[in-house]
Amino acid sequence: MDGEVSIAGLATSLSLIGVAAVISLWQRLGLERQVVWAAARALVQLLLVGAGLALVIEPGRSLWWSAAWVLAMVAYAGDVARRRAPEVPGIMWISIAAFGTAALVTLGVLFGLSVFPLEGRTLVPIAGMMVGNSMTATVLVARRLVEELRDKRDEVEARLALGQSSKVASMPYVRTALRSAISPQIETTKATGLVFLPGAMTGLILAGVPPAQAVLVQAVVMFLILGAVATTTAVVALGVVRRLFTADHRLRWLPRPAART
Amino acid sequence: MTDTLTAGFAFHDVVVEREGVRALDGFTARFPARGVTGVSGPSGAGKSTVLRLCNRLEVPTSGRVSFRGDDVADLDPLRLRRQVGMVFQRPTPFPGTVADNLRIAAPDAGQEDFERALRRAALEGDWLERDATALSGGEAQRMCVARTLVTEPDVLLLDEATSALDEAAATAFEQTVRELVRDGLTVVWVSHDLHQLQRVADVVVRVEDGRCAGIDSVRPGEATGEVV
Repeated sequence: MDGEVSIAGLATSLSLIGVAAVISLWQRLGLERQVVWAAARALVQLLLVGAGLALVIEPGRSLWWSAAWVLAMVAYAGDVARRRAPEVPGIMWISIAAFGTAALVTLGVLFGLSVFPLEGRTLVPIAGMMVGNSMTATVLVARRLVEELRDKRDEVEARLALGQSSKVASMPYVRTALRSAISPQIETTKATGLVFLPGAMTGLILAGVPPAQAVLVQAVVMFLILGAVATTTAVVALGVVRRLFTADHRLRWLPRPAART
Repeated sequence: MTDTLTAGFAFHDVVVEREGVRALDGFTARFPARGVTGVSGPSGAGKSTVLRLCNRLEVPTSGRVSFRGDDVADLDPLRLRRQVGMVFQRPTPFPGTVADNLRIAAPDAGQEDFERALRRAALEGDWLERDATALSGGEAQRMCVARTLVTEPDVLLLDEATSALDEAAATAFEQTVRELVRDGLTVVWVSHDLHQLQRVADVVVRVEDGRCAGIDSVRPGEATGEVV
């Protein structure tokens, strides 16, 4: 196999969506419409992104188009964070700052130190990996931090009442939130290759790249993601703390979010 | 008349509004600079808000709060909070040992300072290495007092500090506070229990509907505050 998927192959793979729909009907889960809708939507989105990417990263195209694509991804990620964690004040701009910082750090290392050649075909996918895989941790750390400070308000105010600054008083809760957000990625990194074969490596092998080379690329991607998760969560945690305390070291009122349905 | 300079805290037409609800609605009073000032009133009257204004955990929506003649808004909040310590309704031990808790309050203090603070809070014996989160309610509240005292405050704010304690522990706590006052500490004690305040306070400030409804002298001859 040369790694290319024909239209017939794509159509054949859709039968697996049929399997999921049949299981839903069989077990009366009521999810068959959602399964079909999700698959159709994903296919359309991927085709559109593929067409866009083909335009942006084709050989000879200015690198600025790829940079614009990365900026758009970062901005969209900020909007996603805002929708997923509406109870966190200022989360959109804090997330944008966090993804921007992570992009500078991680892409700076990978391209600045020539791990990958700086081209559209490398910049856009790697930035996408970085943003996409940091998103969950970014939302998690923001929500966890708000919960910690809201639920342990008595303890936080006891620290403030002892004359601690808001930065010092919030430190134990920042650490708890950061640990809870970064630990899953550490576990995923530890399990890579043993429990599951990650996407980038699988894709490369399917595309005909020798496994030894695919493994190296995957290792770089895993390190990129871990570094990005640590960077984005740290920036978000520090940014959220600044928003939750006043300049005179008082904890703002933090209402409980409305119950989610 | 207690002038502004000799008053401990002075409140001038203070309004505190949260989420559209007025916790204080034109509160005006002067608290004496010495002894125990009790603050009483029904639940929701604004007692705790008065206390939180004293160490700037709360700020007025309008009006002015002053401490020894200085507008609290002009003071460094971190320095003010070390000068005006606070013990909360529920004990708030931090994870770790009692020594860890005292070290958080006073990182530069030594073993002797810790032991002295524990003695002042009537915790005699070997307490420093005990797990702070495993103390009983009364012990934990005394540990919180010691943790506050190790910062060497001039004023101690107590917010319903015995409400989580049994009767014996509460009585012992009252005795401890009276001894601290004899040593020169000024106390502002918020309590819904008027009988308790009549036992421990020199003056009692009555708070009703976010306003000062009067200041009663419990011990004639002691320093008194006033409604302005």
